[in-house]
Amino acid sequence: MFKKPAKQLKESLLKLWELIPRWLRNILSAAVRIVLDFWRENLKVPVIAIIFGFLVGALVILAIGKNPLLAYMAIYKSVFSGMRNFSETIAYVTPLIFTGLAVAFAFRCGLFNIGAEGQVIVGMFVTGYIGFTWPHLPPVILLPLAVLGGALAGAIWSGIPGLLKARLGVHEVINTIMMNHIAFYLVNWLVSDPFKAPNYQATAPVPESIRLTKLSDLFSFEPASGHTGIFVALAAAVICYFILWRTTLGFEIRATGFNAGASKYAGVNTSRSLFMAMVISGAFAGLGGALQTLGVRYRVWEMAAFPEFGFNGIAVALIGKNHPAGVVLGAFLFGALMRSDAAIQMQADVPRQVVAIIQAAVIFFVAADEIVRWLVAKRKREVVVHD
Amino acid sequence: MQAQETPVIQMRRITKSFPGVVANDRIDLTVRRGEIHALLGENGAGKTTLMNILYGLYQPDEGDIYIRGRKVVIQGPGAAIELGIGMVHQHFMLVEPFTVAENLVLGKEPVRRGILDQKRAGEIVRELSQRYGLAVDPRAKIEDISVGMQQRVEILKALYRGAEILIMDEPTSVLTPQETTELIEVMRMLVRDGKTIIFITHKLKEVMEASDVVTVIRRGRVIDSLPTKDTTIDRLAALMVGRDVQMVVDKTEARPGRTVLDVRDLWVRDYRKTDAVKGISLQVRAGEIVGIAGVDGNGQKELVEAITGLSRAEKGSVILNGEDVTNKPPRRVTETGLAHIPQDRQKRGLVLDFDLRENLVLQSYYRHPFADKGILKPKEIDSYARRLIKAFDVRTPGPEISARSLSGGNQQKLIVAREIDRDPDLLIAAQPTRGLDVGAIEFVHRRLIRYRDSGKAVLLVSLELDEILALSDRILVIYEGRIVGELGAGEADEQKIGLLMAGIRHGEGGGGDVQKAGQTA
Amino acid sequence: MIETTALAALIYYMLRNAAPLMLTAVGGTFTERTGVINIALEGIMTVGAFFAAAVTMLTNNAWLGVLASVVTGLIISYLHGLVCIRFKANQVVSGVAINILAAGLTSFLMKAIFGSGGQLIMGDAPRLPVWSLTKLILGIPGLGRLIQAVIPENWIRFFDESIGSQVPGVYIAFIIVIIAQIILFKTPLGLRIRAVGEHPRAADTLGVNVPQMRYIGVLCSGLLAGFAGSILSISPGASGFMVGMVAGRGFIALAAMIFGKWTPVGAMGACLLFGLSEAVRVSASVILRDLPWMQVIPSQLLALLPYIVTMLALAGFVGRSTPPAASGIPYESEQ
Repeated sequence: MFKKPAKQLKESLLKLWELIPRWLRNILSAAVRIVLDFWRENLKVPVIAIIFGFLVGALVILAIGKNPLLAYMAIYKSVFSGMRNFSETIAYVTPLIFTGLAVAFAFRCGLFNIGAEGQVIVGMFVTGYIGFTWPHLPPVILLPLAVLGGALAGAIWSGIPGLLKARLGVHEVINTIMMNHIAFYLVNWLVSDPFKAPNYQATAPVPESIRLTKLSDLFSFEPASGHTGIFVALAAAVICYFILWRTTLGFEIRATGFNAGASKYAGVNTSRSLFMAMVISGAFAGLGGALQTLGVRYRVWEMAAFPEFGFNGIAVALIGKNHPAGVVLGAFLFGALMRSDAAIQMQADVPRQVVAIIQAAVIFFVAADEIVRWLVAKRKREVVVHD
Repeated sequence: MQAQETPVIQMRRITKSFPGVVANDRIDLTVRRGEIHALLGENGAGKTTLMNILYGLYQPDEGDIYIRGRKVVIQGPGAAIELGIGMVHQHFMLVEPFTVAENLVLGKEPVRRGILDQKRAGEIVRELSQRYGLAVDPRAKIEDISVGMQQRVEILKALYRGAEILIMDEPTSVLTPQETTELIEVMRMLVRDGKTIIFITHKLKEVMEASDVVTVIRRGRVIDSLPTKDTTIDRLAALMVGRDVQMVVDKTEARPGRTVLDVRDLWVRDYRKTDAVKGISLQVRAGEIVGIAGVDGNGQKELVEAITGLSRAEKGSVILNGEDVTNKPPRRVTETGLAHIPQDRQKRGLVLDFDLRENLVLQSYYRHPFADKGILKPKEIDSYARRLIKAFDVRTPGPEISARSLSGGNQQKLIVAREIDRDPDLLIAAQPTRGLDVGAIEFVHRRLIRYRDSGKAVLLVSLELDEILALSDRILVIYEGRIVGELGAGEADEQKIGLLMAGIRHGEGGGGDVQKAGQTA
Repeated sequence: MIETTALAALIYYMLRNAAPLMLTAVGGTFTERTGVINIALEGIMTVGAFFAAAVTMLTNNAWLGVLASVVTGLIISYLHGLVCIRFKANQVVSGVAINILAAGLTSFLMKAIFGSGGQLIMGDAPRLPVWSLTKLILGIPGLGRLIQAVIPENWIRFFDESIGSQVPGVYIAFIIVIIAQIILFKTPLGLRIRAVGEHPRAADTLGVNVPQMRYIGVLCSGLLAGFAGSILSISPGASGFMVGMVAGRGFIALAAMIFGKWTPVGAMGACLLFGLSEAVRVSASVILRDLPWMQVIPSQLLALLPYIVTMLALAGFVGRSTPPAASGIPYESEQ
């Protein structure tokens, strides 16, 4: 009974498909392929982890005598009710995509880039610096220059620990963390001393000409923080996928991450792969910082504490199983959590830091789930023992 | 002699399986007190597994163990030690940065007021050392002493814990001829002291020289067990190697052409910085299969790694297709015309978490047609993969699954497909059929022969004598880093090769006055 | 808090800053010596600092605060051990997860229990007392009188101001370093710990319980890093708990451990160096302003000093410094 209408539907869909311009078709099919690719790599684990994470959060809320349902409703409302809320959420999601991509990319080579935090900070500063130092350049030059400057700053910030790892074998965890602290103090000093703007705890602003358009302006709804950087972020996710799975460099990076020994046997220059992985990873993070400056902050502000995008990027990457599509989804989740913490406090009278606990619990369950899967996989692939 | 006394060890119908292989198949072993009992067999025969069970490192799936007539369950090394069993492992269980004394007393340390009594430890070492005539320096660090001394430490470790039964796994595989003679003396002395010794080996000469009883194991089963004096080297060689699956391969006469690989006076060090390859020269010509036979650990691995550019050659040269590729990076060597089926397919041959397509282009992903200016071409890779999978009959639902999910045999087929299809002038195959079932083995063999017939050169390195004999046109035997014999396909048989592999010079037979190969060099 | 001679102040701050690093580094050394990587030291210090402050405020007893810091440190490190030893998970991921959890948990509890956003202001709540080594020595009958007679007054004052009157953590830290060095290198327990980290299978074949040794190592870091956290928050003159107060010290302690070649005494030396760089920062503007080159470097940039020093130390020394051979590899007994 359904055969005929189904066939008609299929035909009309095909006709519709033909109507779409080729470039858009390619993008759409690429996006679909990426998502399917990710689906295949097992969506189950992170979903379970997220559920358990929220359960833990609920338990903690109950423990202090409050209502978890109220709190979770507050989260939902602050994210989804109305374009304004959604746009505000997008403002949090955007940098998380970048830092998530950064950490995921490095992880593909077996590297732990804990330094996304610092790389974002230097990206923020360098972009701002380029912006307020040469404000009179035409935006068609200044904008790409500022953005690339931020990405480059992140790449260098990550490249230094990368070089130390590739050449000297120094573990990147400690070095990237050190670079975080160095970035924090360095930029704070730059912002409060040589480049301080009068009357602000910040630098001069970037010129209006290169600030990113707000989504509220683009789509005509009440003013909110979300900006066009989100499109750049999504494009970055596609680029990340492309590099990892469509280039020889990405091939070498992934091979080195999985099995450096076999890669060497195959002639891959594993040191170079390690270094390039760190550099590209830092570029993503720096890009995130660049777009924060151009899209939200406009000035480079003195920081009281770490902006947290980098650290949350680690969680996003873990949840997203180090895959660009997963990173985007994970960024939405954590962005929503970051957006909602004020609402949780106001509407459910729960300390906003419960969000941090939920985040941490989710990470733990993702890591813990690895254990379960690992155990299962291990029994399947026991190696034959020889005399 | 002591036929009426209860045997000190009885293992009955011991069975132990690992995924894909039955390591021990209803093995019975009887060892009497005061005898030196040899467990003889090839690599993979199951000897070490059996002894690991006796020492409590493994638990048997079936079967019983009786020590001094009492049935026991040995749950771990601690239990074995308490029963008076000690083990000297083939790969020493020594902590490198520690001293001899520290290694010896680890787990049973002499203590004075809470502090480790180093002085007393040293005394203990010296006492034991003198008592058993095993010279060691208590204060030397393991990483600084010779292999021979390390082994003596291992023996003393067991004796310190009161071992009455001593298991020694391939004790002479790392010793020089002189050290071997010394060790045999030590074994005799221990036995005079009332100990019982079981030693695992594949070396026929030592079996004849040192043991009272020998049990031959092949493919997990006991073939025979008899007093050493009632047998000869030749008989043992035959029992050990056996007349098993007839590797009948249709093979036409080889028609060797130009020299493809020319190795000259190659010297290579192993990871411990000792010489593993000592001046090897060999040639492989187009249209022939040269097989290198030898017991594991005699330098084959280092030889192959030096040829392929993965290890450093200290001296000598490797010339491939007329070009000197000594110490060039691996990719350079492969581009000059070499392909390599590595002996450890899971660690070195494949990236298990990559899918079949990615693995099949592991060596050539950067080249046309698989990539162009750094961008991969997935369609080309995919169709290439499908073609190869079909041509080499790799059993898989599709090319997009991960290599990890393939069986061992199919994994190996994948590697063989990849390497052969690159059409190199020289194909090196190291243990190409390790862990494979008969069908897969047949397949690989046929492919190698076919490759040879198409005018290519093949260098085969294998621990399986059957394989060497079935495939090779010329056979070189490697022993302690040197080529100790060369035989043509026509004149070679298990006996001759077995003797060469065991270090006995070609031409001399069993009995007394045997000259060890390599000593005159 | 302290005036007079610049050098005495410098030494004072050096020791005071080095103490938590030393304790954490020693704990980390024990863990790594058994073959387990512990990135979570930062998180354990954070948790320790928080609970020390919190319990002190709630019970009005600083020593109970110390106890709380140690207990929570043990609990958190046990979690890490469970995940890494029993479940054989990736040890770095577990460490990172714990750090994030620690940050979140402490912020949350601070808000939930005390209603405070970023800082737990302790106000009049008690701190740990100042311990005076000077008083102790001078109090010894006979010897004390002798010293006061013979040694000039300002030497004694110098001693008092630099090392004689310190937070308790300093003295405890030095004692722990010595005890740890003895345990690790002179006792059977230490031998087994080190064996498990170098060649766990060899130890196993001799009947040493590998998982048990590893748990001991991990719990050591919990105990010591937790206590170190309490030094940060409730030492005399400390200001309680603040979000982000640990500021990377957990990782600096790891670097000190590597720099010190995985020995307590070596780590101590590295920690003193790092402590010195932090002391330079703290006292720079006040103390060292007379030195000509101090005019050029802005005081804020001095904050970078410990981190840059750490990176240089690692880069310079790591080649010659090898970790325990089995570090980071989960141990599988054969079946």
